[in-house]
Amino acid sequence: MSVRAEQLQRAAWTKASAPKTIGICGIALGILTLSLALPPFGVRTVPTPVAVGILGAAAGIWAISRREARIGWIAVVLSLVGVAGALLAMRATSSNLEGVFVWSALIAATLRYATPLTFAAIGGMFSERSGVVNIGLEGMMLTGAYFGAYGADKTGSWVGGLFIGVLSGALLALVHAIFTITLRADQIVIGTAVNFLALGITGYLYNEHYGNNGTPNNLPAVPDVNLRFLAHIPPHGFGNFLYNSIGQLNLMVWLSLLLLPISYVVMFKTPVGLRIRSVGEHPKAADTLGISVYRTRYAAVTLSGALAALGGVFLSIGFVNSFTENMTAGRGFIALAALIFGGWRPFGAFSAALLFGFSSALAQRLPDLSASESAAWPVLFQTLPYVLTLIAVAGVIGRSIPPAAIGRPYVKQ
Amino acid sequence: MSDLTGETPEAPEPTPEGAIPSVAARLALYQRAGGVITPILTALIAFLIGGLVVYATTGKNPVSTYKAIFKGSGLSWLSPVSVHWHTFYPNGIDWTGWDTNNLTALNLQQTLIIVTPLILTGLAVAFAFRCGLFNIGGNGQYTVGAITAVQFGIWFSGLPGPLHVIIAMIAATLAGAAWGGIAGLLKATTGAHEVITTIMLNWIALWVGSYLVGFNGPLQDPRQISAPVTRPIAQSAHLHVFWGNPLLQGLHVGFFIALAALVVYWILLNRTTLGYEVRAVGFNAEAARYGGISVKRNYFLAMAISGAFAGLAGSIDLLGWQFNLDLTTVQSVQIGFIGIAVALLGRNSAVGILFSALMFGALLNGTSSRNLDPSIFRPELAGNLTRIIQGLVVLFVGADLLILYLWQARKKVRLSQRKGAEQA
Repeated sequence: MSVRAEQLQRAAWTKASAPKTIGICGIALGILTLSLALPPFGVRTVPTPVAVGILGAAAGIWAISRREARIGWIAVVLSLVGVAGALLAMRATSSNLEGVFVWSALIAATLRYATPLTFAAIGGMFSERSGVVNIGLEGMMLTGAYFGAYGADKTGSWVGGLFIGVLSGALLALVHAIFTITLRADQIVIGTAVNFLALGITGYLYNEHYGNNGTPNNLPAVPDVNLRFLAHIPPHGFGNFLYNSIGQLNLMVWLSLLLLPISYVVMFKTPVGLRIRSVGEHPKAADTLGISVYRTRYAAVTLSGALAALGGVFLSIGFVNSFTENMTAGRGFIALAALIFGGWRPFGAFSAALLFGFSSALAQRLPDLSASESAAWPVLFQTLPYVLTLIAVAGVIGRSIPPAAIGRPYVKQ
Repeated sequence: MSDLTGETPEAPEPTPEGAIPSVAARLALYQRAGGVITPILTALIAFLIGGLVVYATTGKNPVSTYKAIFKGSGLSWLSPVSVHWHTFYPNGIDWTGWDTNNLTALNLQQTLIIVTPLILTGLAVAFAFRCGLFNIGGNGQYTVGAITAVQFGIWFSGLPGPLHVIIAMIAATLAGAAWGGIAGLLKATTGAHEVITTIMLNWIALWVGSYLVGFNGPLQDPRQISAPVTRPIAQSAHLHVFWGNPLLQGLHVGFFIALAALVVYWILLNRTTLGYEVRAVGFNAEAARYGGISVKRNYFLAMAISGAFAGLAGSIDLLGWQFNLDLTTVQSVQIGFIGIAVALLGRNSAVGILFSALMFGALLNGTSSRNLDPSIFRPELAGNLTRIIQGLVVLFVGADLLILYLWQARKKVRLSQRKGAEQA
């Protein structure tokens, strides 16, 4: 590294460090606020979380005033949510709290919920980075889910299901590509059509093949990865915790985690990724340099369908082990939200998927908090992904900026 | 998105060399006809492919399937001459008496009940289109309208009928306008893309609605703890049923409100300053801004008016035949999406939306499990066939480049044939 570059980097680091670090501390404090009131800490006095929360919010505000808006706002919001959550948690009984906040189970559930979102969001990233909006993620996922189950049933192995599922998603994406790239139709209209088509085709075939009986019970499933050695890691409680949270995850959960660094490297460190991004930012310039805009976009969109279908395959033969009509139930749109909230980056999208997965897991378990009445509000946790994305695109917490040429068909001259 | 703003830019006509007399007039006619024919062609291709699907998967005759669907839709009631001639009028046609109580009439009533909100959600999509905006948020705006209508239908139960209905409808319309307006406001102030924001607002409406009407939710009927459903609205908030038996879900006056909304839409767009500005922004936002039109104001207004149409649709369904709202209904609203298909096929024009809403309404009702004869085609399959046809219609309308290309290719062939004949 040259001296100049080193200097530049050091300058950038010192410039970014102070507000950024404080902002991140604020985020940590915000998380601490909530966790203080939850097991295993289980603090049951009001002042402690409130004080920590105020500290976190103050750190966030300071960061905002030093132009670290996104991190600052996240810290402020997390701190406030933390205080509110801690106060709410104190109203529940300790035993109920411990029933809901079994952290190992929550972590496992969060990862399970985040996996289909991660696959689809990464898929969406390839398509959108190349300049093609993919509203059809939902449909491609659903197709993958159906054909994954169908393929597993017909070939008698989950590998077959996986391949057929991925192939079906890629084919549907190819339709999207033909209409949006070659025929230059509006990408959002075609995305809507793809969703309709997927819903109709999978519903039709499902009723035709399985009808009222549903998919067979003995559908070959993607296996779980059993990491028994984790349980033997020294402090016994810790080992058990590790084993219960990540020791019995599905193979495809690990696959999604593996996909993250791969897609990051491909997108940001290889010529292929550079081509995809250049086609999405300035197609004319890319064309001038000899990059085939059409071919790149075709490849990116088809890949996005294959990846979204992987998410669907996980849903049908990895997660619930059956197929039902419209089983994706809007997960493709949450994935889209995660992609946007994560700023069209793999790890950003994954963080968002984790957050959204956590809110789903929590919404699932919170009704157990109070067995008697007034347990309707946990449903509202389901709105979290959408509200956050709304805030993110509105630019309140540091704007999410899409690729420049997104949504515009390219006409070769 | 300029190709979605109504005046679809037709591909340039091939310049006629060695012009045949009056070719200009003929081309103009073609172009005008192309405006109607391309949507019809689109629908035909979609039905054709749907028929192939039927034949390929079940081996059944697609024509008889479509006939059964058509019969289930009750549209045949409209043509008494061809259908009822022998059965009902063996002594010649008696034009004074259409039988209003037979099964066909009942089916037609159900179809028109579905057509009513379809027209309105179609308008909700179309109005935004004319401003260059894509309103995917019909579902959310519809849901917000329905929830507001159920609340207002339960409140004010002492009011006289028409007043109560009007209050509930206005409230729902305003709620829908507010929900759509959020997306418009965000677009105007921060530039957030309306497609993203309306999708997010759809799901927020769905989950907030689920919270409200779900178990232990604020709106759940306290007398029915075991069912996630709201209390029924007061009798005074029911829409008047003017055709058929109110107990058998006859056709309510909401249908006329939808027809009136079509007229309002046309007048608003074509005969007011607001409509002019909206269309100008939709045609070319930059030019409109240069011409002194506030683009931001129009973005907000267009989305709010779009939302108002969808909110009204929600209230009409609720006050017209649902009378209460349950969790499954809230979570399975699709009408906003179908509105996209209606608007696209109807080319964002009032008349077009009426006809495409009729087509989709007939298709939806004709394939419902109540109306389709299971021995001819299984309704579960037919319902999904409807979705496939909807998808195909949207796909092909989106790609009118393809249809226009085919249309033009046909014309080119004909022109060259004619030229060849003249030279010979």
